[in-house]
Amino acid sequence: MATAVQHGALTRQIAVTVNGTDRSAEVETRLLLVHYIRETLGLTGTHIGCDTTSCGACTVLLEGVPVKSCTVLAVQADGRAVETVEGLTPAGGLHPIQEGFREEHGLQCGFCTPGMMLVTKALLAENADPSEEEIRWAISGNICRCTGYQNIVKAVQHAGAKLRAEGR
Amino acid sequence: MYPASFEYFAPATLDEALALLERFDGEAKVLAGGQSLIPLMKLRFASPRALVDINRIAGLDELTQEGGSLRIGALVRHKTCEGSALLRGRYGVLAATAPQISDPLVRNLGTVAGSLAHADPQGDWGSALLAAGAEVVARGPGGARTIPIDDFFQGPFTTALEPAEIVTEVRVPDPGPRAGGTYLKLERKVGDFATAGVAVHLSLSNGNVSRAGIALTGVGPTNLRARAAEEALAGATLDDEAIRAAAQLAAEAAAPHDDIRGSAEYKRNVVRIFTERGLRTAAAAARAA
Repeated sequence: MATAVQHGALTRQIAVTVNGTDRSAEVETRLLLVHYIRETLGLTGTHIGCDTTSCGACTVLLEGVPVKSCTVLAVQADGRAVETVEGLTPAGGLHPIQEGFREEHGLQCGFCTPGMMLVTKALLAENADPSEEEIRWAISGNICRCTGYQNIVKAVQHAGAKLRAEGR
Repeated sequence: MYPASFEYFAPATLDEALALLERFDGEAKVLAGGQSLIPLMKLRFASPRALVDINRIAGLDELTQEGGSLRIGALVRHKTCEGSALLRGRYGVLAATAPQISDPLVRNLGTVAGSLAHADPQGDWGSALLAAGAEVVARGPGGARTIPIDDFFQGPFTTALEPAEIVTEVRVPDPGPRAGGTYLKLERKVGDFATAGVAVHLSLSNGNVSRAGIALTGVGPTNLRARAAEEALAGATLDDEAIRAAAQLAAEAAAPHDDIRGSAEYKRNVVRIFTERGLRTAAAAARAA
């Protein structure tokens, strides 16, 4: 729906910094942030799960804060910074959070994983050494139907330990 | 799911926002956190002609104590309340409510004032703010007015707000030094609406109850004040008998329906048990204050 834009009162020019890169587009005012990310920008790492604000699969960071991108309008992100799972990956190798999910088997089907990793990033930025309870609290808006969460918790702990060891 | 088309405005001042609401004459909606409004628009339960996004208006995001009352600005997020030391002091009912709203992602965006304006009978803040004896400050074309919380909720998703009014802040009177409160919520899973919820506030004076606030979630057409229970406690010594009697009165004030979350009888019983537990918790907090 993002491609055929009729110009007028129902559209708006937006400028968003996505994963550090300035992007701009004319979008329908009703375009959801998740569709802007997936369809306008082609960044399909952000998943659409429930589309009803229930599952957290579409989680992205808006100004560093985890939000459900199916429940934010693209126009609300105008002038702001968005980070998606694609922004996590460094030029070479894996981010410690990605490494944690791989090492600890923190995913099975992988559908919730982008959201889980972004919530992890925000958590570890705020609290470098969270307790298990704090981790479970932080991911409580993100549903995983495969893992039973045990290995996700371990993945977050792994990532936290690695980031602390690296001094970041 | 896509919302129906709408015009979008992100004014920088409250005056501009108010002018836009007047211009659209009841067909514009205010966008704050959007965590209820956007889902409603996606489901086409709401199709406003225009959205007035107030997030770019400065000064609406303050949570402060001023002139004997707590002031919660229109853009104060649930998350801010969750982390607030100010609320953990004398406003225990609010502090206990904040972390039980939906889930962490929704709490990052959703606002207290927006939740009130949305007036979902299953909303948690309505009960907490009824128990706390809050007031809603709204601005419209004719200026500002203060609406007591008891007059605010008029029915499911219906408030005393005029179409061209914006909630600018919620005020909660200082409950005094010996105050305590809590919020108990039964939910099937994180992020679900309450099967039933009970908000309790107590102010004590010389060991007796000087003010009791008890309000119920999800068991009526709006958040409900359990007035008879509050009145029975006013001036009372908070012994087991008084607590049990008040809990029974609160259960009688509930008007629940059978639904997927439970039978009416079950929910009424939850209200009774939660009121009893809530009063004990609030009393302990007030005595320790």
